[in-house]
Amino acid sequence: MARHLTRTLLSGITLAAMLGIATVSSHAATLHMAWSQDATGLDPHKQTAFSSLRLLELIYEPLVRVDASLQIIPAIATSWEFSKDGKELTFKLDPKAKFQDGAAVTSADVKASFERILDEKTGAAARANFLSIASIDTPDAATVVFHLSQPDAPILTAMSDVNAAIVPAGEIKAGSIGTKALGSGPFKLDKWDPNAKEVLSANKDWAGGATGVDGIEISVLPDEAAILAAMRTKQIDFALLNDPLVATLVPKESSLQLNRVPVLAYHVLQLNPSRKPMTELKVRQAISCAIDRQEVLDTASLGEGKVTGPLTIPALATDPSQLFCYKRDVEKAKKLMQEAGYADGFSATVIGATGEPPTAAAEAQVIQSQLAEIGVKLDIKMMELNVYVDAWLKGDFDMAIALNGGRADPYTMYNRYWTKAGNLQKVANYIDDTLDSQMQQGRAETDPAKRKAIFAAFEKHLTEMSPWIWLYTSYSYTAQQKNIAGFVPTPIGTLFSLSKVTIQQ
Amino acid sequence: MNYLMRRLATFPLVLLGVSILVFVAIRMVPGDSITAMLGTEAGLLTPAQRDSLAAYFGTDQPWFVQYWRWIGGILHGNLGISVTYGRPVLDVILERFPLTLELAVLSMVIALAAGMPAGIYAATHNEKLSDLGVRIAAMIGQSTPSFVLGLLIIYTLSAGFGVLPAMGEFAPLWQDPLRNLSQLILPAITLGFAFAASVTRISRSAMLDVLSDDYVRTARSKGASARSVIWRHALPNALIPVVTLSGIEFGYLLGGAVIVEQIYALPGLGRMVLDAIQQRDYALVQGSVLFIALNFMIVNLLVDLAYVALDPRIRLGES
Repeated sequence: MARHLTRTLLSGITLAAMLGIATVSSHAATLHMAWSQDATGLDPHKQTAFSSLRLLELIYEPLVRVDASLQIIPAIATSWEFSKDGKELTFKLDPKAKFQDGAAVTSADVKASFERILDEKTGAAARANFLSIASIDTPDAATVVFHLSQPDAPILTAMSDVNAAIVPAGEIKAGSIGTKALGSGPFKLDKWDPNAKEVLSANKDWAGGATGVDGIEISVLPDEAAILAAMRTKQIDFALLNDPLVATLVPKESSLQLNRVPVLAYHVLQLNPSRKPMTELKVRQAISCAIDRQEVLDTASLGEGKVTGPLTIPALATDPSQLFCYKRDVEKAKKLMQEAGYADGFSATVIGATGEPPTAAAEAQVIQSQLAEIGVKLDIKMMELNVYVDAWLKGDFDMAIALNGGRADPYTMYNRYWTKAGNLQKVANYIDDTLDSQMQQGRAETDPAKRKAIFAAFEKHLTEMSPWIWLYTSYSYTAQQKNIAGFVPTPIGTLFSLSKVTIQQ
Repeated sequence: MNYLMRRLATFPLVLLGVSILVFVAIRMVPGDSITAMLGTEAGLLTPAQRDSLAAYFGTDQPWFVQYWRWIGGILHGNLGISVTYGRPVLDVILERFPLTLELAVLSMVIALAAGMPAGIYAATHNEKLSDLGVRIAAMIGQSTPSFVLGLLIIYTLSAGFGVLPAMGEFAPLWQDPLRNLSQLILPAITLGFAFAASVTRISRSAMLDVLSDDYVRTARSKGASARSVIWRHALPNALIPVVTLSGIEFGYLLGGAVIVEQIYALPGLGRMVLDAIQQRDYALVQGSVLFIALNFMIVNLLVDLAYVALDPRIRLGES
């Protein structure tokens, strides 16, 4: 045994020497990080890709942030207040807040940033969340007043997103947002080589205090199995993982730690209620009753997640067992199909994006076999992500396997689908008066208990109407060496706490 | 010489054809730069916002205007600007190309160094046990996908020995040759493995053919040594199919080895094109496909010229 070990060690060392490989973690004050998908751009108002947001929130700051329990906490603004009628929102800015070039963050920057988001020429997707802003006043350099056309409780949560980041007014004027990253956040971007590498260094002027590391180097390693291999050899200190199959291997390595946290994004089977026979309520309900959500989760995602209803925000979510047909009932499903006139079933196509999420194909296969029991013959069509997005946005599908993003507020999360004026009504293809009025009530209500009751009713009604079949929420995974301390995973997936992470020797 | 001029004269025509093909093909794929950037959030844009973004990406003009501008730019040596990198397409390509070229050369060297001796050995030991062994090994090499071999190497090294070449930051050859070689040797072995298997099989069968030719028999009967028969008489003629195979394979490798570059996180041409397609970076896709096509044509031409060098009886361009 000892001889075998010696031989293994020796051959390892020889191999290392041959390959000229460093086996020790390099410079301690730099965090070496890896992810499989790189950011796609630097304009915080235009980027919506997960990696872009994770990078940009280390460089830029919004007015407020949400913490791990999704409570609003200060960022550039130290305090905020709604007027009694809910139509005025006043922020006091942190006098210490500075951009990375040393200039103070003033109310003029805040005003210019929101005007840029609202300007249609910018093409900011988050604009839809800020349409209630009628005007912005800046009584002094440290005070900003938003005048709203109607009470809008969720606007504060929407402002916590990096898509509502405050950028320097001067850079907007110069047209350099997106080509130059100049924010007020904890790190400066020194170098970006797209799809290969990012180099960040600590912003010494950051109002949040000193960062725990001198810098972060992010490597893009497209294969997650290779990320894990690089972590085993201590080349990488911290990594973002998407694939549950890879993530579950992390705890098997004694020097590594897996952080996992349930996220707000949800896996869902979207039915298209504008296409026959999904136009029939009973057919949709039959599909809902025929699907065993736990089995989908167990098979496609190794049980890594939690069955969910439409609301994934822990403080507002209803216990799934209380929702319509969350316990599989094939007999009921068959009866519903018969009543709808489809006793013999029907054929339909389900679309999914290859690798996005990594579990998409497996989910479709489990659902295919479950629905076969009630006579529904599903044809699975997997597509490249962009092709899928194109079909999805046009509502050009019978059914779609999707992983849709969540938000810290249910109105911001769902108004795009389940209101009459929702921008993505043509994707949802279903709306009724009850859903629309519940959403409008939820938007105007500021009392937390009343809001909770409104959204509970919304969730119950939505699952009964079954336009979509919500399946489960998964975990967001980060893997780290055990000598990395201070990282706090959150349901929105932010890596902002890397600002306080330290590397212990 | 005439032949060379004539071949070179066809280059612009072929490139024109390739340019039309790639221009139309990438635009026929559903999805555009806007959905690539915003994903499903693109659905939240108003028509005015969409128009403004299309103008930014240069996709607001009709196809023929876009094509005309692009071709006009190429004639002035300008392949356009990549929207992902915010830099001229040619700069981005030339930055990635050295790695791809080096990887292609290295894997070819490995393939030829391992494959040719194995093939010749098998041919000279025809139908013996050792020949069977080489043939089985070659069959395994050809049928092992590069991603399986690549992941196997990475897994074995990292889990078994706790070592792995540094990934993520690639060191160019002229900056740090040792580190560069350490990063490229495993990908080159991964690529060279299947390539070596093909070389083995083709050099074995070419050698067998040649060894049964009359002139070889004559050489033998004149008392030439076995070594001299193989190396002086048979090998030069057996090389022609090997050169053809290597040329084609090398041409492919110059287009980038997507899977191996993905697994080993190498910033080569293949990964760049794949990312560019996914992000619908039209200028970059078009520019790099043209560049790859040009490389392929040059390699093909060199292969043809190599035939003449190997066999003086071959006259190129004569009917």
